[in-house]
Amino acid sequence: MTSLYPLIILLPLLGAMVIGLGGLMSPAFRKNEGLIGALATAMVGIPFLLVAYAFFTFGGEKISIELFTWMQAGNLEIGFNYQLDELSLLMGMIVTGVGMLIHLYSIGYMHGDQGYYKFFAYLNLFIFAMNNLILGDNLVVMFLGWEGVGLCSYLLIGFWYSDMLKAEAAQKAFVANRIGDFAMLIAMFLIYQGLGSATEMVSLSFSEIIHHDFGDSTFWIALLVFIAATGKSAQIPLFVWLPDAMAGPTPVSALIHAATMVTSGIYLIARMHPIFEASPEVLAIIVVVAALTAVIAAFTAIAQHDIKKVLAYSTVSQLGFMFMALGAGAYITAIFHVMTHAFFKACLFLGSGSVIHAMEHMHTVDDPQDIRTMGGLRKYMPSTGTTFWISTLAISGIIPLSGFFSKDEILASLFFFGEGFDLYKVIYIVGMFTAMLTAFYMTRVTMLTFEGEERFPDEKKPHESPAIMTIPLWVLAALAVVGGFLGLPVFLGEELNWIGHGWLEHVIHSEHHHAIHEHAHANETIEYILVAASALIAILTVFFTRNFYSKNGLAADEKVKNFFGGFYKTMEGKFYFDEFYQRTIIGPFKWLGENVIAWCEEYIVDGVVKGISDGVANIGDVFKRLQSGLVSNYILIISLGVILMLTFLIFG
Amino acid sequence: MEFLTPNAYTYLSVAIVMFALGAIGVMTRRNGIIVFMCIELMLNAVNLSLITFSKMHAVAGAEGVPHPGANGSMLVFFVMCVAAAEAVVGLSIIIALFRNRLDIDINNVNIFKW
Repeated sequence: MTSLYPLIILLPLLGAMVIGLGGLMSPAFRKNEGLIGALATAMVGIPFLLVAYAFFTFGGEKISIELFTWMQAGNLEIGFNYQLDELSLLMGMIVTGVGMLIHLYSIGYMHGDQGYYKFFAYLNLFIFAMNNLILGDNLVVMFLGWEGVGLCSYLLIGFWYSDMLKAEAAQKAFVANRIGDFAMLIAMFLIYQGLGSATEMVSLSFSEIIHHDFGDSTFWIALLVFIAATGKSAQIPLFVWLPDAMAGPTPVSALIHAATMVTSGIYLIARMHPIFEASPEVLAIIVVVAALTAVIAAFTAIAQHDIKKVLAYSTVSQLGFMFMALGAGAYITAIFHVMTHAFFKACLFLGSGSVIHAMEHMHTVDDPQDIRTMGGLRKYMPSTGTTFWISTLAISGIIPLSGFFSKDEILASLFFFGEGFDLYKVIYIVGMFTAMLTAFYMTRVTMLTFEGEERFPDEKKPHESPAIMTIPLWVLAALAVVGGFLGLPVFLGEELNWIGHGWLEHVIHSEHHHAIHEHAHANETIEYILVAASALIAILTVFFTRNFYSKNGLAADEKVKNFFGGFYKTMEGKFYFDEFYQRTIIGPFKWLGENVIAWCEEYIVDGVVKGISDGVANIGDVFKRLQSGLVSNYILIISLGVILMLTFLIFG
Repeated sequence: MEFLTPNAYTYLSVAIVMFALGAIGVMTRRNGIIVFMCIELMLNAVNLSLITFSKMHAVAGAEGVPHPGANGSMLVFFVMCVAAAEAVVGLSIIIALFRNRLDIDINNVNIFKW
């Protein structure tokens, strides 16, 4: 069985190549949707089974897969090596499991699309890249995956590239990610510099990195890795690409922009946590940035009318929660939230896809994603509606669904991080407030979509999606319900907290995490009060919002607008981040390009090139006169040359 | 008449004169066939000098050399063979040129001029 593990990485690549090349070569293959869909799903399903086998038979020893040496230069030796340890296996289960479900769903969702084969080729390529990212044993293989998922994200956001807006969204995502990738590269150089001066052979493997003391550059490495993570995992200041990324097909939003790729920054920080442990300043930066991101995105989500935009900002906000956990040193909790979030957010996105699918078939609706033209959909789409409700309750933190446990653990980590009133207590309050906003906007979007009066102006009624789309919804909803029980709170008994105590603590040793647990243990009464408070707030908010929206319908939005007053405009305008970047960065760059660089281009760059070519032509004009075309002249010159040479040979 | 007795210098003098005539002819004449003949003249001059040197440096009666100077003579035959083949090619070029342009003045064949 162990010898089959390389297939986890190779099969998705094989699938991408076969489907992509097959579709390019043969029009018959291109039309065979059943074959393409089944093949693509199998190429993720088999790796999922292998990961599951490794997961359930895992004996505590890290499994290494060494394929071949990739590059060797001086004291640097990078191998194509993968590792299966507790963290990789958990991430692998999420990526291949959720990935498989979304492949299955896409068979129904993408039915009849022109680029059907292309879509599945990209999706398989994404799984390959993501597997590289989470299973890679060294930074370089990880980086291969890191760039690979960025590329696939770009390809899939711009999947319907004939629409200029979608193509621009793809470019925006790519450019924003490049900024983070650049920080990642510099971090890698610093790590190599640190390791190279200490050890003889450098393989940049994670085990090497986390056991090395980088001294003064620890702070910079941690900060740069975090900047890289803000790009991929959509935090301030680089999060602006994620809401626009919703231009891609909805399964893509579910897989890449909610469940897997955007969590890679959290994975990376958890993987390299000793470096962050050693730089508390960076942890403080992380927690502040994360809290700002979470609360700003939550406010923005309240004022959006596009169902996918709401979910996108909700994702940004939830990623903020994960980073808050990282900032408190509770890496295991962050990974726990990654897992539960993957379940309910993938389910929400797939549910919204199902809704969009239904709305698209009703041709009188202008924008199939606008919740103002929906309403009352649960009657027509019972499976989608029910699973959407379950996931909404889960993300809102209703006890005992998965979101409650992970979110509560994050909040508890923030509260018990230090003693007395400090920065982390402020962050805790912000987090609590954001959790309330989350419950509000998620209930709002669900109520406006699935409940209340029907606002679509159509005789033709929307219909439920086919079973191939609803089955993944039900599986994910079920996971969203039970997922939380993998990480029951520690105060109920350490052995019940499987994800931390039973599993991840073997790879993630965090001083902060221990301190948090000790503080919590010492103040059990406070802990009970906090849990009860957060459970109560969630339930009350959901209950209140439900009643508010069922009583007022769409008019409730007006009341919300009045309640927020002038601030609502800012929320609706997404806090003007795009406009800010347009004015401060993009605008000046364009001005520079049009005025200064264009001049340099014409007179300096072109000038040098043209000067060289003109010079050569002029010299040629002079010397071409030697070619008189008279044979006798040539012979005369040859003879003179021979005489000259002989003279030198004989008399010289 | 001591100086009329042929020796190596006499032969070489003839070769030099022939070569010089040929070279001057190639450089000054414009008729393609004459130029070609001049080239042949130069070639023969070289042949003559080769055979002269061969005879001059041959060591008579040396061990294992039955016919001193025979190597040079053999080489000259090779040169003549190659020259004959070259003459065929050269003349056919001149004929082809004539057929195309009704003119074998090489100064008019200046298509390689800038």
